[in-house]
Amino acid sequence: MSMLREGWNRAMQPYREGDGALFHWLRLDPWLLFALLLLLGAGAVTVYSASHQSMAQLTSLAARIGLGLTLMLVMARIPPRIYLLWSPWLFGAGLALLVAVELFGHVGKGAQRWLDLGFIRFQPSEMMKLAVPMMAAWYLSQRTLPPRPLDVLVTLALVLAPMGLIMLQPDLGTALLVGAAGIFILLLAGLSWRYIAGGLLALAAIIPVMWSFVLHDYQKQRVMTLLDPEADPLGAGYHIIQSKIAIGSGGVFGKGWLNSTQSGLDFLPEGHTDFIFAVYAEEFGLIGVALLLALYLFIILRGLVIAVQAPTVYGRLLAGSLSLSFFVYVFVNTGMVTGLLPVVGVPLPLVSYGGTAMVTLMAGFGMLMSIHSHRPFLAAR
Amino acid sequence: MKQPRPMEDAARARDILLRRAVLAAVLCFLLLGAVVARVAWLQVTAHERFVNLAEQNRTRIEPIPPARGLIHDRNGVVLADNAPSFQVELVPEQVPDMEATLAHLARVLVLDEADLSRFRKALKSGKSFDSIPLKLNLDEEEIARLAFERPRLPGVEVQARLTRVYPHVERVSHVVGYVGRINEREMQVIDAEAYRGSSHIGKTGLERFYEDRLHGKVGYRKLEVDAHGRTLRVLEEVPATSGEDVHLTLDLRLQAVAEAALGDFLGAIVAIDPRNGEVLAFVSKPGFDPNLFVNGIRTGDYKALIENPDRPLFNRALAAAYPPGSTVKPVMGLAGLEYGLITPEYRMFAGPHYQLPGQDHKYRDWKKGGHGWVDLDHAIAQSCDVFFYDLAHRMGIDRMHAFFSEFGLGRPTGIDLPGEVSGLMPSREWKRAARNQIWYPGETLIAGIGQGYMLATPLQLAQMTATLARRGEAVRPHLSRDAVMDPLAPIKLRREAYWDVVLGGMDHVINSDYGTARALKGGPYRMAGKSGTAQVFTVKQSESYDEKRLSRKLHDHAVFVGFAPVEQPRIVVAAFVEHGQHGSSTAGPIVRRVMDGWLLGDFELKAAEVNDKAETD
Repeated sequence: MSMLREGWNRAMQPYREGDGALFHWLRLDPWLLFALLLLLGAGAVTVYSASHQSMAQLTSLAARIGLGLTLMLVMARIPPRIYLLWSPWLFGAGLALLVAVELFGHVGKGAQRWLDLGFIRFQPSEMMKLAVPMMAAWYLSQRTLPPRPLDVLVTLALVLAPMGLIMLQPDLGTALLVGAAGIFILLLAGLSWRYIAGGLLALAAIIPVMWSFVLHDYQKQRVMTLLDPEADPLGAGYHIIQSKIAIGSGGVFGKGWLNSTQSGLDFLPEGHTDFIFAVYAEEFGLIGVALLLALYLFIILRGLVIAVQAPTVYGRLLAGSLSLSFFVYVFVNTGMVTGLLPVVGVPLPLVSYGGTAMVTLMAGFGMLMSIHSHRPFLAAR
Repeated sequence: MKQPRPMEDAARARDILLRRAVLAAVLCFLLLGAVVARVAWLQVTAHERFVNLAEQNRTRIEPIPPARGLIHDRNGVVLADNAPSFQVELVPEQVPDMEATLAHLARVLVLDEADLSRFRKALKSGKSFDSIPLKLNLDEEEIARLAFERPRLPGVEVQARLTRVYPHVERVSHVVGYVGRINEREMQVIDAEAYRGSSHIGKTGLERFYEDRLHGKVGYRKLEVDAHGRTLRVLEEVPATSGEDVHLTLDLRLQAVAEAALGDFLGAIVAIDPRNGEVLAFVSKPGFDPNLFVNGIRTGDYKALIENPDRPLFNRALAAAYPPGSTVKPVMGLAGLEYGLITPEYRMFAGPHYQLPGQDHKYRDWKKGGHGWVDLDHAIAQSCDVFFYDLAHRMGIDRMHAFFSEFGLGRPTGIDLPGEVSGLMPSREWKRAARNQIWYPGETLIAGIGQGYMLATPLQLAQMTATLARRGEAVRPHLSRDAVMDPLAPIKLRREAYWDVVLGGMDHVINSDYGTARALKGGPYRMAGKSGTAQVFTVKQSESYDEKRLSRKLHDHAVFVGFAPVEQPRIVVAAFVEHGQHGSSTAGPIVRRVMDGWLLGDFELKAAEVNDKAETD
């Protein structure tokens, strides 16, 4: 036991000592980096199987992973004070772009999410996943905490405006994530329990209103499908039924890699994107699922540790919000695929095949690492 | 009530964050635990049930591509047909050694690099149980050889599919167009669901314009498959709905007559019924063999088509804008009457050339000695340039632009074919925008005889002539019997009698002893028309035009527009003969021949030719 500990300490030495250490020089957090690489590896392995062993998909996934890792490296080297400085500008630009999407966005698959800049198609809602918590943290970091009622209202407005615009696109999944990222800032800043209880009650009251006025038909249908998937087995319920069959037939040990019959025979649509968890569970079984979710939990906890140790209010709030948003991703996706939650278009983070979301997530982890690695020398001790 | 104490507040905030973070961590743990519990329930408690469901889960949906609609001419002759063809397909999963199998097949069939690279690309992205075509359009020898080798080639299948065939080869190539394999750019635009199982799409001509109508609706087959995806039996079938047939107003017999009438010349002929805009013949020569394109054109064939100086892929009838030459003179005369610049009785002395006041440049008449005293009737019949120079000078380009635009010049006719160009009816605004120059008065003069910047397609000239022949009742030319065209507003003149003067002039082009095309006089019906010449290059002031010294490539283009019978026009023909030199002597007889075909039913000689073509090809 002591030998193990000693070995570990030696391995971590360069990082702890600080001077000349590779990780410190790169401003990376080895714990987080190791867990992320494991996760990306698991994702590539599963995508390869779920896309019918398509080399083309794997190659393009590798390119995105490369892009994500590069962006993380860059983001980690930018000190948090720069992020603080840039928060309002990034937020303002993002908000303007969202309005632009609403006005002249590119319509794809029935939703207006893309902005065609000629050479690249850009999804501003993706940027808001980072810009909204940055803005909320920026605002609250200049107020006394816990926040007073007026500050709470301003923060809520800062979160709800972009969230509403994203809902208009309509993109419920992203709106949910952006909203959650903003709300987490408030909760971590010490929003009083009375407000939290009041907010929950208001939410409960708003649901019937949302149902009749805000939700699109396809979103209502998803909720109805969740309540009774068997009612529409060839239509909307098909995904959930097939996904449950995939998971359930996997058993404790799984069918083994590349042996998913559900995805292999095309019963499970979108097997390599939003529903990749089902393919993973079918092939790697309950043991694989437990390991994967443990890995996710580890990343979330590491993020929270970074938040608690952060020297500035801004860093603390932002790091906490980014970690908890990551949790929302995982929970909404796995909950949806296992039939606990309605079908909302949220990918399994860093595992699903899907470019933009992965790149944003990696950028977020880069920021987390920056917050952790730019602590003043004394605080790092 | 108390002064804020920053240090204490900061510590308290930090404390709160720590507590909340711990709480959040616990919640995360519990909720992810719930997911694990749910998965455990699915994979342990309900495992048996889901294994059974997965076993039963053996239906697969397969698309059935629809048969493409046919294209018929006016008399029901098929211009675009579907014929069964055989193709060799491979099911990757059932092929034990792909490279060995491909090498084996290369000995049995003629495989080129394009076939192989397309196959490998499809192999990478496809599913292992979906069959992938390797070579299309097998000939009988190849089918026979394959049948012999089949037992040694597991996973190799010969499939019968329908392929597009154009039996009349180049004769209607510019009308019908062709289909080809769906390329990546088209893939982005089309509805992927509607094209599941379809490999071809209309690329040009009617095949492209009526793609939606011709394509049809995809069907589905619900199959029971085994655990490897192999089909066991068909559970349910929703048959595909074949595409609609398209019936044309074009008459293949007249098309053959028109094509033959052009002889060795290149050019375009458009014949329409002025009463309703039905296109009767639509020739652009040379044509090409559309069958080459259907299953991917070979590089050599494509190169030959592209590098051919006669440009066989270029649809001259609607994409070539030529100077319309003197064929615009009747409309000029009509504009002069309408704007009150001349009267039917007005006469002027037309010398050998015209000069603008205060300028040295001499605008020549085609007739060296000049025409002497002419009225509008003689000016049209003899195609007097000086008369129209003077008229254009007095009218000005603005009024010319307005009047000619009503006759469709400078805008597409809206025919049901892709690729139509709008030609050019110049104006001051156009010149400022396109060239950033002001409009010079001399340019008005040459526009008055249809030269200079003015450009029109043969199709536009046919429409313009039809509008004249019908005294302002403008129609849009169209090829499909069922085409729904936007109606055009009829042209109303101050006096109905103006039409008589101008149409009389066109009548006298042929039926008088002074008309430029009086050689065409006679015959069982009375035709009217107007000849024209489009300059290929400009003769310098000091030189005279010596046709013997010029090679044929430098000869002027010959144009002729005509309608018949004069009393009740049933056909309008516009012929554009590249390097035909003289409108009246080269293009005129060609127009006459097409009219004979339609009005006298004289397809005789050519009808035999049509049959020959259909049989030999």
